Amino acid sequence: MKKSQLTQNSRLSLPSMQTERLSLYYGKKAAFTDVTMPIYSGKITALIGPSGCGKTSFLSCLNRLTDLIPHTKVVGSIRLDAVEILNNRVDAIALRRRVGTIFQKPNPFPFSIWKNLAFPLKEHGIKKREQLDRLIETTLQDVGLWSEVKDRLHTSALFLSGGQKQRLCIARALVLQPEVLLLDEPCSALDPISSGVVEDLIASLRGRYTVVIVTHNLAQARRIGDYAALFWVRAEVGRLIEYGTVEQIFTAPQQDLTAAYVNGIRG
Amino acid sequence: MGEKSKNQISLPTFIVWAIALSVTAVFCWILGDILWHGVGQLSWEFLTTEPRNAGREGGIAPILISTCLILAVCLAVSLPLSVGTAVLLAEFTTTESRFGRLVRRSLDVLAGVPSIVFGLFGNAFFSIKLGLGFSILSGGLTLACMVLPILIRSAEEGFRAVPTEYRLGAAALGLSRTTTLWKLLLPAATPGLVVGLVLGIGRAIAETAALIFTSGYVDRMPESLLDSGRSLSIHIFDLSMNVAGGDANAYASALVLLILLLLVNGMATWIAQFWLARRIKS
Repeated sequence: MKKSQLTQNSRLSLPSMQTERLSLYYGKKAAFTDVTMPIYSGKITALIGPSGCGKTSFLSCLNRLTDLIPHTKVVGSIRLDAVEILNNRVDAIALRRRVGTIFQKPNPFPFSIWKNLAFPLKEHGIKKREQLDRLIETTLQDVGLWSEVKDRLHTSALFLSGGQKQRLCIARALVLQPEVLLLDEPCSALDPISSGVVEDLIASLRGRYTVVIVTHNLAQARRIGDYAALFWVRAEVGRLIEYGTVEQIFTAPQQDLTAAYVNGIRG
Repeated sequence: MGEKSKNQISLPTFIVWAIALSVTAVFCWILGDILWHGVGQLSWEFLTTEPRNAGREGGIAPILISTCLILAVCLAVSLPLSVGTAVLLAEFTTTESRFGRLVRRSLDVLAGVPSIVFGLFGNAFFSIKLGLGFSILSGGLTLACMVLPILIRSAEEGFRAVPTEYRLGAAALGLSRTTTLWKLLLPAATPGLVVGLVLGIGRAIAETAALIFTSGYVDRMPESLLDSGRSLSIHIFDLSMNVAGGDANAYASALVLLILLLLVNGMATWIAQFWLARRIKS
């Protein structure tokens, strides 16, 4: 029952997510505790804060990539629309198809550009060559990579530049038509120009996907985010300090710490 | 001599070079010796006729066939076993888990066991206990036991060398563990597998002691895997130690063994490259 609820992929309305007193433990050590925050449908939510405050850990809970790390324990609740996903009956593989991840370091597979996109598609049941070609072309156009690579689709993806690799990885996630995209500092390993291109691409996803992005770049969070959440380490544990619209976080923060951080005094 | 000229070679540099050169020289000497004495005997006839007069005359056809059969049995058994074990060790156990450490330690000990011990084990277990007698099958199985540690450890290294990002990336795309393993990790680990394969084949093809007790040294053409068959290495041993006047053919056989080894290694590398190229494209 849970699985069928999860695999239905209706694009009519994008899902929202809600975490409730969410905590993550690596062994006995808590990475972050008691995070309660909404993630609104079709909006870009930016997670900001200094290193080691649990932003990335929080992100990897959202599609249960934490399942793959030994000795981790996730406590609390995460709902995708109305469905509780921290439930063993929920199929994590089906969940990850709906909630895709982009990592900090671009990680194209050691295949050709074409096969990087075709491989996940084929595994999810799309096998017809014309259909594959069409989907791959549209997605590569969507991420602005088509004109750059259309003549070398069948050469190794490992020869692309950093920015191109990251856009390919975004395309690889988008080609499966997920509803939520989690991005973990997607620009931090890129040069400024590539970073700008990828940032514009992420901004263009607004309204078409529910996006959560971890970023160290406050200006970036302000430029592309609709909502922002500030994480901070207190007593060696990551906590959610403040959550609000980007406008509110950057211009009228409720907490002194937030004000200090966004103004560059702390952090 | 007060000042050093730029061209002067320091003592440590000289020693390092001397050692490197002497190692190469030993190899070249062996190769040269075998070529010098063996190349004259080598002919199409030598490769395609049966040995006569205890090997002093005639060729090595049945011995070549036996060698290839023993190697085939060995690889057919050890390859799937070693890839399976390597996957278990690298993908399903952590480096510090007790089970993984135990298996790895056992394999390292096994890799250092002298081949004659494997021979006696093979004789006791495959030839006598399982009733396979002196046969190509017993020999191949014994060799499989012997090369397993090398194959497993290098395959495991191959899998561990595959970046974690690939595994995470595949998981994030909703790919199952089986798919990830077969279609992503296995191709990516191929270079490590090939290195192990080349080392394993090298050890298997040159093995003598383990085979004397298991595949025997009958030099007739084998009719089935249950026939005894003499491997090239045993043939060389027999000709040079037990047969007076067999030296010429021993040299020629050694040359054939060397060529075979180079051919098999070249082929393994070539197949792997060909396969990788296909994996990237389609």
